[in-house]
Amino acid sequence: MVLKVFFPSCCSSADSGILIGRWISEQNSAVILAVVHFPFIPVQVKQYLGEVQRVTKVSVSVLGSWSNSKQEKEESLSEFLEDLGTIFCHEPWIQISKEGDSKFWSCSILQKHSKNPQEEEIILVYYDQRKVMLSHLHPPLDTAGQRAEDASKLSAIFDTVARSQVLFMTDRYDEGPIKLTHWQSDGVEASIIVELLKQASVPACMLLTLLLSLLSGICRSRVLKFWPLSFLWSKLSTCEQLGHRLQHLQLISSNKKAQNQNQLMRKANIFVSLLIDVALGILLMSWLYRKNRIGHLADTLIPVADHVAEELQDLLQWLMGAPAGLKMNRALDQVLGRFFLYHIHLWISYIHLLSPFIEMILWYVGLSACLGLTVALCILSDIIALLTFHIYCFYVYGARLYCLKIYGLSSLWRLFRGKKWNVLRQRVDSCSYDLDQLFIGTLLFTILLFLLPTTALYYLVFTLLRLLVVIVQGLIHLLVDLIDSLPLYSLILRLCRSYRLA
Amino acid sequence: MAEERRFLSASGVPIALRRRQHSASCRELAVRGPRLQLRSLSAATSAVWLAAYGLFALCENSMVLSAAIFITLIGLIIYLHFVKIDQESLLVIGSLGIQVTSAYASGKESTTFIEMGHVKDVVINEAIHMQKVIYYLCILLQDPEDPQGVSEVVPLFQVS
Repeated sequence: MVLKVFFPSCCSSADSGILIGRWISEQNSAVILAVVHFPFIPVQVKQYLGEVQRVTKVSVSVLGSWSNSKQEKEESLSEFLEDLGTIFCHEPWIQISKEGDSKFWSCSILQKHSKNPQEEEIILVYYDQRKVMLSHLHPPLDTAGQRAEDASKLSAIFDTVARSQVLFMTDRYDEGPIKLTHWQSDGVEASIIVELLKQASVPACMLLTLLLSLLSGICRSRVLKFWPLSFLWSKLSTCEQLGHRLQHLQLISSNKKAQNQNQLMRKANIFVSLLIDVALGILLMSWLYRKNRIGHLADTLIPVADHVAEELQDLLQWLMGAPAGLKMNRALDQVLGRFFLYHIHLWISYIHLLSPFIEMILWYVGLSACLGLTVALCILSDIIALLTFHIYCFYVYGARLYCLKIYGLSSLWRLFRGKKWNVLRQRVDSCSYDLDQLFIGTLLFTILLFLLPTTALYYLVFTLLRLLVVIVQGLIHLLVDLIDSLPLYSLILRLCRSYRLA
Repeated sequence: MAEERRFLSASGVPIALRRRQHSASCRELAVRGPRLQLRSLSAATSAVWLAAYGLFALCENSMVLSAAIFITLIGLIIYLHFVKIDQESLLVIGSLGIQVTSAYASGKESTTFIEMGHVKDVVINEAIHMQKVIYYLCILLQDPEDPQGVSEVVPLFQVS
């Protein structure tokens, strides 16, 4: 029979003592969790183990002895260790010893009540306790009870180590009757600064929660809910992004600890993403406000708007002529073209009216980039939307006209064939029309049909322009979503400390 | 004890097999392939550089040459680190499991551990590849709940 002993690698340099852990008899293996050093009182050790067993539900017991002697092997020590086997009676009693600086260990078992006294083979497996604990390689606690016999053997080992968390709280440097050595003895995973940050984060979180609740209370107040304002807020993507970030902040600064690994990772990801966002935003702001770049931007904004308007005017002149060789209906063409040209003229006058204030507005709006790069990108997208508002208007006009025309055409086509749309039955029924109805209907149908190419062309051109603007805005929003939802903390953890991400 | 014997693999490349028995229930088998030959390395490098020189003669842009050097270096590092496997070994520990290790030419090792409870059997499979029949060793895995069925087939020593 083979006996397997799982020994933590952090205890290999520990002083002599006794081994405590769990004996899994169905797999014939012993999982060693810690080493208790001399001097100790056996009764207190048993009491402590009983307490640990009650809390963690892991049957911890004394499994054997460990001796790490720097000098020559002492006979009295080995006898003393054997006598310990009689005090803490455990079957089998494991004795591991290491001498001086030699690389070899000796491991033997004492069996007092063995039925078949044959030589047992011992397999000693080193395991890194720190990595097992940090990588959360254990099955979820709620299903551990039912599927105990189905679980693989190794997961029982990991489960044992993971559930004995409370055993790892006391250390050999603490005052108390029991002095243990385990993975935490090498030094806690964090440094002083991280500990200070953890202590300072509690009041900071409470302050942040208070501020955020105040802010969300203001946002939800009735004043901002009137119809024009609420319509405006829903259309501007900046407000949506700000609300999103507010939610994230509320999630991070809440007082309750994360229940499981998923929530912890999500909180950490949101925190890192916020940090990177604000850092990039401040970088952008510092670049923007240097060398009066805002002034340059404001100066080039008006000529750009003028240029766009000129291009649109050229386009409309082209449409009013003979675009792509198609022959348009002259009268309708002129009407539509002049209507849109007047619209552009109005728009340009508004822009020129605003031009003295552009620089100041841009300066103050640029300050909000310190809230994050995503907010700056959203503001950019909103500015593009506002500047190309006339394209949006043209698109709406063209679409409406085209839609009306198509409805009229389809209805008159039905009349042409002698049918009618029955609203009650939601289907097409035949209907007998009078002669004058048929005459006027056919006339109107012909008119609309021959005016169709003109309207269709205008509709096509303005839809394409609108599509262009929407694509640009869509790309910006895609970038914003990417920054929002990229799990940077998990990526960095995977690169640097991949054992924590089992 | 360790013994090493030389064989020829299915594609004619000389490989060496080393068997060690550490104890009664623990055995290790390692298959080592040939190292990166100097002549294949110099052939690949000179081919790339000749092509780059030809391009340079065509378009008179010296960036092509530096790009070729860069590509050669990066390509060599990627090949050594991700592609060229020097040694594959199998460590069998009775009642614990089987560990399959692949060691790359740059020193990187990637290991897979299979628990004894999941191993159903170790078999030799035959496969028809191009015009010949090759034999390969593989482990049949089973689900602990379903001892009858085979859940996965893991071929061993794939590269050597």
